[in-house]
Amino acid sequence: MNSTTLTTIYILWLRQIKKYFRSKSRIIGSLGQPLLFLLVLGFGLGPIFEKGGGGDYILFLSPGIIAMSILFAAVFSGIEIIWDRRFGFLKETLVAPVSRTAVMIGRTLGGATTAFFQGSIVLLITFCVGFHTTIIGALLSLVVMFTIAVIFAALGTIFGSLMQDIQGFGLIVNLLVMPLFFLAGALFPLDTAPTAIRIVSDINPLTYGVDAMRHVLTGVTHFGLFTDALVLSGVVVLAIAVGAYLFSKIEA
Amino acid sequence: MSTNQAISVQNLTKTFKGGFEAVKDVSFEVPKGSTFAFLGPNGAGKTTTIRMLTTLLAPTSGTITINGFDPSKDPHAVRKSCGIVFQDASLDDDLSAYENMAFHAGIFGVPKSEAKTSIEELLRFVELWDRKDDFVKNFSGGMKRRLEIARGLLHTPAVLFLDEPTVGLDPQTRNHIWSYIKKLNAEKGLTVFFTTHYMDEVERVADHVVVIDHGGMVASDTVQGIISKNGGTTLEDAFIKLTGHDIREESVDSVDHLRSMRKMFGGNKK
Repeated sequence: MNSTTLTTIYILWLRQIKKYFRSKSRIIGSLGQPLLFLLVLGFGLGPIFEKGGGGDYILFLSPGIIAMSILFAAVFSGIEIIWDRRFGFLKETLVAPVSRTAVMIGRTLGGATTAFFQGSIVLLITFCVGFHTTIIGALLSLVVMFTIAVIFAALGTIFGSLMQDIQGFGLIVNLLVMPLFFLAGALFPLDTAPTAIRIVSDINPLTYGVDAMRHVLTGVTHFGLFTDALVLSGVVVLAIAVGAYLFSKIEA
Repeated sequence: MSTNQAISVQNLTKTFKGGFEAVKDVSFEVPKGSTFAFLGPNGAGKTTTIRMLTTLLAPTSGTITINGFDPSKDPHAVRKSCGIVFQDASLDDDLSAYENMAFHAGIFGVPKSEAKTSIEELLRFVELWDRKDDFVKNFSGGMKRRLEIARGLLHTPAVLFLDEPTVGLDPQTRNHIWSYIKKLNAEKGLTVFFTTHYMDEVERVADHVVVIDHGGMVASDTVQGIISKNGGTTLEDAFIKLTGHDIREESVDSVDHLRSMRKMFGGNKK
């Protein structure tokens, strides 16, 4: 990797970050959904979960909600490719004497960083509603959060490269993202789930992200940290490779 | 041959999927330091040609040399040689004028120390220095165009491509923009390749004119040459004689309107 490549990645990353922090409504608006899930499910289903012998539901739910907020923010960062195409800015990057892969990686890392930031705010919020962990756990969870963010920002790049219209992006992404979230073991334990759900969850990369989050934050795990790390790192590489390929095929 | 030609195009053809021939067997040469007008009615193949010259589109056949480089073999060298002002806006509205310039300097590999002075010099040149920290979304159409021209020049290209740079601008702004461009051409020997529908602009600035229609070349000469060969008194008369009276699309302004509607309602952009 030469210095031009690194500069390109940095410049595209910086652009996403600048734009994100200038849009206060985006930061605040995107916290609404995880907050709703956390409060309504946490306090609404909490007592039943405890009665059923599941333990403290906030403790179980919080890692999943953090992962959810990252999932949504990261995948939706891909919509910026479509915006850039609409407003013509994409051409500016496509006629630059730099590799498309560097452009894609910069954009994806930018989207991932904003999603990661969002997840970190949700983590802080969970502490306010009774979630607790160790300092080591919180620090380790940041690594897992960033990994999840990169995977799904790359997925967003994949959709952004393939699609041309904004409404379509919204629909398709919701169609995919909702099941990803509901079948990731974020809301209920997989150990006691029916086999059909478990099979689907096993092929959902977010399941491993949620599991790793839960492990580092609360010490509870379904697959074990080794399996989680192995699957997540494999999926990171795959998602970036496919994203870079499809991004390189965009015609302005 | 190509040593004193900024652009050399031989038998350039582009056939899109489905068999539509957008550009047919076009050949021309643009000497270094000249101003070259590339004219044609809407849909004649001008933008497709510019996209091929600037590496955005691969030709079906034919050869292109830009500043001595072949876009298919050395796209990065060609990209460094070209400053491009696209037909549609290509700025980031959510960044300031200065940030748009800095972004360009970064991805075009302009060294940091150099970039700072160049950005200031160019923004002063297009009279936007006092607005450098304003977001581009607050700029008028003319200001955006001037910024795009400044940006296109930031990496000191050998050729400046301008695809309808003055569409929708008032006469004052058009006048301003052409005086910048003429100044660059005269003082720095910059080669300028432009398209436009305003024939008065062509008469004012172009050393050489190529007219294309339905993808093929119909004339290649100086402004005076084209006027006298077609027995007219103005370039506009000659242009209409060469390309016919039929209207190809709506007028330019309503095309722009349609474009923005299409953006709003999210149809396919192509």
